[in-house]
Amino acid sequence: MMTSPSPALSETLVPAFARGTRLQHDRVRDQWIVQAPERAFLADPIAAEILKRVDGATSLQTIIDTLATDFAAPREVIAGDVLAMVASLAERQVLIWKA
Amino acid sequence: MEGMIAPPPMSLLAELTHRCPLQCPYCSNPLALEPKNNELSTEEWLRVLDEAAALGILQVHFSGGEPMARKDLPELVRHAAKAGLYSNLITSGVLMDRDSLAKLADAGLDHVQLSFQDVDPKQAEIIGGMKGAQPRKIEAARLVVEDGMPLTLNFVIHRLNADRVPAMLDLAEELGARRVEIAHTQYYGWGLKNRAALLPTRHQLEATEKAVAEARERFGSRLAIDFVTPDYYADEPKPCMGGWGQRFLNITPSGRVLPCHAAETIPGVVFPTVREASLKDIWEKSKLFQMFRGVDWMPEPCRSCDRKEIDWGGCRCQALALTGRADAADPVCRRSSDRGVVDAALSEINGAISPASETFVYRRYGSGD
Repeated sequence: MMTSPSPALSETLVPAFARGTRLQHDRVRDQWIVQAPERAFLADPIAAEILKRVDGATSLQTIIDTLATDFAAPREVIAGDVLAMVASLAERQVLIWKA
Repeated sequence: MEGMIAPPPMSLLAELTHRCPLQCPYCSNPLALEPKNNELSTEEWLRVLDEAAALGILQVHFSGGEPMARKDLPELVRHAAKAGLYSNLITSGVLMDRDSLAKLADAGLDHVQLSFQDVDPKQAEIIGGMKGAQPRKIEAARLVVEDGMPLTLNFVIHRLNADRVPAMLDLAEELGARRVEIAHTQYYGWGLKNRAALLPTRHQLEATEKAVAEARERFGSRLAIDFVTPDYYADEPKPCMGGWGQRFLNITPSGRVLPCHAAETIPGVVFPTVREASLKDIWEKSKLFQMFRGVDWMPEPCRSCDRKEIDWGGCRCQALALTGRADAADPVCRRSSDRGVVDAALSEINGAISPASETFVYRRYGSGD
């Protein structure tokens, strides 16, 4: 089962999209968006790269490692971006945590 | 402006039918309801959903009337999902049971918005006109939450239920809703017809604002509250539909395509229909959608107003209903020379010792209104 509303963010956590939310490519406007109840919001390119890797099975740690490799960027910078973003999306109930 | 390119629309309100077991006197449907034999067929809706997705629509809101009165709803939802459209069901819940919800969930329905008329079952029946509706709605909410689909509760607020907003917010929490809409009645169509019985007092409005602020504090981010104020009490108009023909389109049960659900009141224009043109052509080229798009149509005081691209002149249908001119400034605006008509309605409500009227003209399907 899911969820605790705001656990201390540990990289072992596995994020997943909450039911009724998803990342989607908007082909008409060529941009990534997050679909959610009664609203859709723009995922900027960085957010989109992170969210594409959210599949309900991959831990934050692995997501951060993959991004650091794919973009040849310092891991601590990537980790900062990822943790801040997933925390904010979990707060807004877009993401939940899988145990 | 001539040749202005319209950005693609974001959102489609698909009014599948005007049939509805409820009779709410503030219904957003037009006064002239559409008979069943004029409704678009399943095949027509499937084509329209494809056209909507290709045009750039991101979310489709299946509405009515009561959309669950259409037997083909699961098929339409499945098709929308396949086309990449986010699907929302706007329902009264009175036709929902475990089996019908399971079919919709299986078809890929993303979200349910469930309307409540009140928290008090007797008062709810006075508004909805359907005996036993409240327990069915409660059951529908439980089924949706049990299924795991996100649920929004919608309460339309007016003078007879405004005092129970705190209990409405409690009910949303108790039922496990993700969102709740505390939406004051908007006064056109049926709402305008019943305005004298519906318009809340200023004191009531302030109490609802306070209740919402307190609940926001309590709920934090786990239960979002969408609060819609009655614009009569505002000094500036709402940016109706995010601007005419800019983000939103509405399709009526018989296939007419409108920039908002009240637009059929606008005189002197042909209402385009999906039976005769593509959604894309209608959005980009029809006279109706270009009529009040952007700012070039604006009269004063809008034309020289620094808010003209914030509120887009407000609501065209309200301007028409209250001033007789669809291209006038929304009379809710303090800068409008017609603001007096709004103030007159307010002083009638706030001055009266007993309510001016509690007699409703109900929205009855097939009664020949």
